[in-house]
Amino acid sequence: MSGKIVVGYDGSAAGRRALDFALARAKAQDSSVLIAHVLEWSPYSFLTPDELEERHVRRKEEMARAETAVIGPVLEKLKDSGVEITTVIKYGHIAEKLAEIAKDSGAIQLVVGRDGHGSLAARVFGSVAGTLVQIATVPTTIVP
Amino acid sequence: MQTYIRTALAALGVTLLGAAPALAQSIDEQVNALFASSTGWFVNFIFSSFPGTNFPWIVGWLVVAATIFTFYFGFVQFRFFGHAIALVKGDYSDPDDAGEVSHFQALATALSGTVGLGNIAGVAVAVGIGGPGATFWMILAGLMGMASKFTECTLGVKYRNEYPDGTVSGGPMYYLTKGFAERGTPGGKVLAVLFSIFCILGALGGGNMFQANQAHAQLTNVLGDYPGWITGIIFATIVFAVIIGGLKSIAQVTEKVVPIMGVLYVGTALIILLLNYDKIGWAFGQIFEGAFSGLGVAGGLVGALIQGFKRAAFSNEAGVGSAAIAHSAVRTKEPITEGFVSLLEPFIDTVVICTMTALVIVITGQLMMDPETGKFILNEAGTAIKTVGDVSGVALTSAAFSSSISGFKYVLAIAVILFAFSTMISWSYYGLKAWTYLFGEGKTKELVFKVIFCIFVVIGAAASLGPVIDFSDAAIFAMAVVNIIGLYFLMPIVMRELTSYTQRLKTGEIKKYA
Repeated sequence: MSGKIVVGYDGSAAGRRALDFALARAKAQDSSVLIAHVLEWSPYSFLTPDELEERHVRRKEEMARAETAVIGPVLEKLKDSGVEITTVIKYGHIAEKLAEIAKDSGAIQLVVGRDGHGSLAARVFGSVAGTLVQIATVPTTIVP
Repeated sequence: MQTYIRTALAALGVTLLGAAPALAQSIDEQVNALFASSTGWFVNFIFSSFPGTNFPWIVGWLVVAATIFTFYFGFVQFRFFGHAIALVKGDYSDPDDAGEVSHFQALATALSGTVGLGNIAGVAVAVGIGGPGATFWMILAGLMGMASKFTECTLGVKYRNEYPDGTVSGGPMYYLTKGFAERGTPGGKVLAVLFSIFCILGALGGGNMFQANQAHAQLTNVLGDYPGWITGIIFATIVFAVIIGGLKSIAQVTEKVVPIMGVLYVGTALIILLLNYDKIGWAFGQIFEGAFSGLGVAGGLVGALIQGFKRAAFSNEAGVGSAAIAHSAVRTKEPITEGFVSLLEPFIDTVVICTMTALVIVITGQLMMDPETGKFILNEAGTAIKTVGDVSGVALTSAAFSSSISGFKYVLAIAVILFAFSTMISWSYYGLKAWTYLFGEGKTKELVFKVIFCIFVVIGAAASLGPVIDFSDAAIFAMAVVNIIGLYFLMPIVMRELTSYTQRLKTGEIKKYA
């Protein structure tokens, strides 16, 4: 066992490619994989009174949905992969949170996918991969 | 036969069309007369003066309470101001709680319920009647009110109801019941019921009719005169779509646009002040001089003071109890942290935004002054200061802003309508919470309240400002009567929280995450 690879996974095709890449690396160098799923969330967004009241319930539902729809299926699929896999679901700014998870878990590498589309949107809002290039504190691989 | 019907229908149509303006006018008048006569007694009671003076007892009640809380908690609003900002920034939030309601979100939602027409129209009314001096008393009342807000919001979180499904309900009705029971003091339930009744009236008054009324005034200011019930029906339809139709998107859009509007409003006010920078010193001079002499306004010093205090209370709602409902949903292990955060609310609302409005009105010279005596000229009735355009309320603010930046009245019209709308949505929620406290939860019961709420939108837009503003103030102040009695009994509990929290902050048990 040598080190841990964190992979950002959101259930998309790009996320899947990143995960495959991470798994191949992990097998080759006998590492473990931490699958991180981050739900976009800003504590500075504006909510209506009704949304405030229901927020705690909604959060539970969102966590449960992430567990069953995103993390559950991939764990099921990878249970015979022979790689030690752990998972984590967090709320926050996706790129910042991934960088933080990689740092806090002492990972040797962070892997994220990118969909390569929407360059205009990426220019305006910034992309996860682009932001990670700037802020990641561990070596980061971006899988196209 | 068919031709007959057609002719008859056509004739009817012509008659209706011809009669429409007169009909419309008379609907407005009837609504107005009925409304004024049926609410007069309530208004008279709330605003009755101390015997032998013209000082309404309710204003004294609020200011005395704010002063007591300020001293009792050792000027908590100044000592913990910085800490409150750190809390809002999330410095003390557990990262594992991400995704839950943050301090910032609770504050922003509560603010969008309070920042509204009180800041634009209410201040104009205050300055129009009480002169620039009213601003001084308004700021003072705002600073003191921070302590009232701190007290009620701490209790709101501490005694909120958390249901098995994870939703939360909080507010004075819950702390009055549970807090009193905990202390073994009788009467909590009675106060809670009274509060709920007044809260429903306040929701229909200040949280609804006043908003609809001033939104209409603003619309006629931009579009020209037309009957109020038309605005009422349009507004009622949108409110209906949101609170009954579940059209959340409208509420969400408003919730996001309102803060931007708030920043735009303050920003524009600052620009106007900068454009008139040479008069800023003079304006503050007027405010101080007016505060202690009245500068010839109706009622003199006391007139200025009453207007200032009244508007501050109406605008920031400190001591009223409404904020305690809005702040209850925050995720925190320490109820008192929400108290600290909430004390920023009167500051932003009154000390910053209301003061901006007042300064712009004073500095742009809307209030007519006799150059010989340096005193204000009163209108014919002697009730308010004569203004340049003979206007009051939101129209006065609009005139003041437009005199420096032409065309701003359109921006202001949009701001007023959005503020009015977001305040209505917030108050429909407060009113509903009080309603369900009284009658229990349930789809039909909630629907009844929501329909009543929509009907009052129409009434509010159709009635004239006088009776509406009186009733709105009266209902909201009635909430404060009950709430503050409760706060006096429960303030030792807040004190215990404060002592314990300060202790743990000192020893480092409560630490920063960021």
